[in-house]
Amino acid sequence: MTPFHLWVYLQTTPLFWLTATLAAFLVADALAKAAGRRPIVNHVLIAIALLGGLLKLTGTDYQTYFNGAQFVHFLLGPATVALGVPIYANFALVRRNFWPLAASLLVGAVVAVASAVLVARALGAPRAVLIAIAPKSVTAAVAMAVTEALGGAPPLTAVLVIATGILGAIIVTPLMDALGVSDYAARGFAVGLASHGIGTAGAFAVDPVAGVFAGLAMGLNAIVTPAVIPALLPWLLG
Amino acid sequence: MIRGFFILLAFELVGEVAARGLALPAPGPVIGLALLVIVLSLYRRSRPFDEEALAASDLGQAARGLLAVLPLLFVPAGVGVVQYLSLLREQALALAVALVVSTAATLLATVGVFLLVKRLTGAKGAA
Repeated sequence: MTPFHLWVYLQTTPLFWLTATLAAFLVADALAKAAGRRPIVNHVLIAIALLGGLLKLTGTDYQTYFNGAQFVHFLLGPATVALGVPIYANFALVRRNFWPLAASLLVGAVVAVASAVLVARALGAPRAVLIAIAPKSVTAAVAMAVTEALGGAPPLTAVLVIATGILGAIIVTPLMDALGVSDYAARGFAVGLASHGIGTAGAFAVDPVAGVFAGLAMGLNAIVTPAVIPALLPWLLG
Repeated sequence: MIRGFFILLAFELVGEVAARGLALPAPGPVIGLALLVIVLSLYRRSRPFDEEALAASDLGQAARGLLAVLPLLFVPAGVGVVQYLSLLREQALALAVALVVSTAATLLATVGVFLLVKRLTGAKGAA
């Protein structure tokens, strides 16, 4: 077998792209760790960029890549269901703070969807982009499922979700400090709702109470936003 | 571990069937997630268990294992963005403005309502 024939074989086998996906993730994770896990150096974004570059370099189409990577992708479904375990484990906190949590969860979820869609629409973004940006504050697994159910483009949503996570994790501390908000439960809940897992990781680094409330907000919003979007979106799209 | 993974897949399957069968607008895995939370709440009423017991159970272990690698799991779908690079370039400004404005607005609305309602209802603090 010549090297060329070997490459032709490798490029089409699921094994190669599955291995490449894990390799890219390990490299990206090592880079993020070396950068002290600052939100701006996001391992998922780096892994996507590395693999996207590799596809372009080797002239491989996305479908060929996905034939291998789908084995990882499949686990996203059961992992989404698994989010129910930590959400349930935090229910005692919900009972103790029921009204502040319920009210801010509902208002926050609506503002997150409506403000993103309306601003993008005012700036002339097409319908596909408006659908993809609607669930941008929800954890990526759920957000992509929401976009897919609406007939949108899940990969666009993935990138917008990660960007939202990074943004929220960066602006929350200066914003809340400037406003003089010292209630770490409220601060954590806000960043978990607006910026899901990336915001939650940032909140844990600031204060443990903020981290717990951020995780709680991320979990609750993963249930509320998918229920809110189908009702809100037709009206927002005009 | 296998039993835990089975429970997760079974809830996903029921969620998918419910989403399609009843034409619900929410995605199947999200319905499975909500059902799991409801079933755990009901189960606790008949057979009390604590957080440690849940974490140590087959379900708790399978969930922890999957959630530990969750960031890896959205890489394959995320790589699909290579199909949308020209759209992203065209819409870069609109997207950047929308994300910054919306993220700030969401943070402000959430923290504002949280503090207001907490004051109105006199809820006890975090602990």
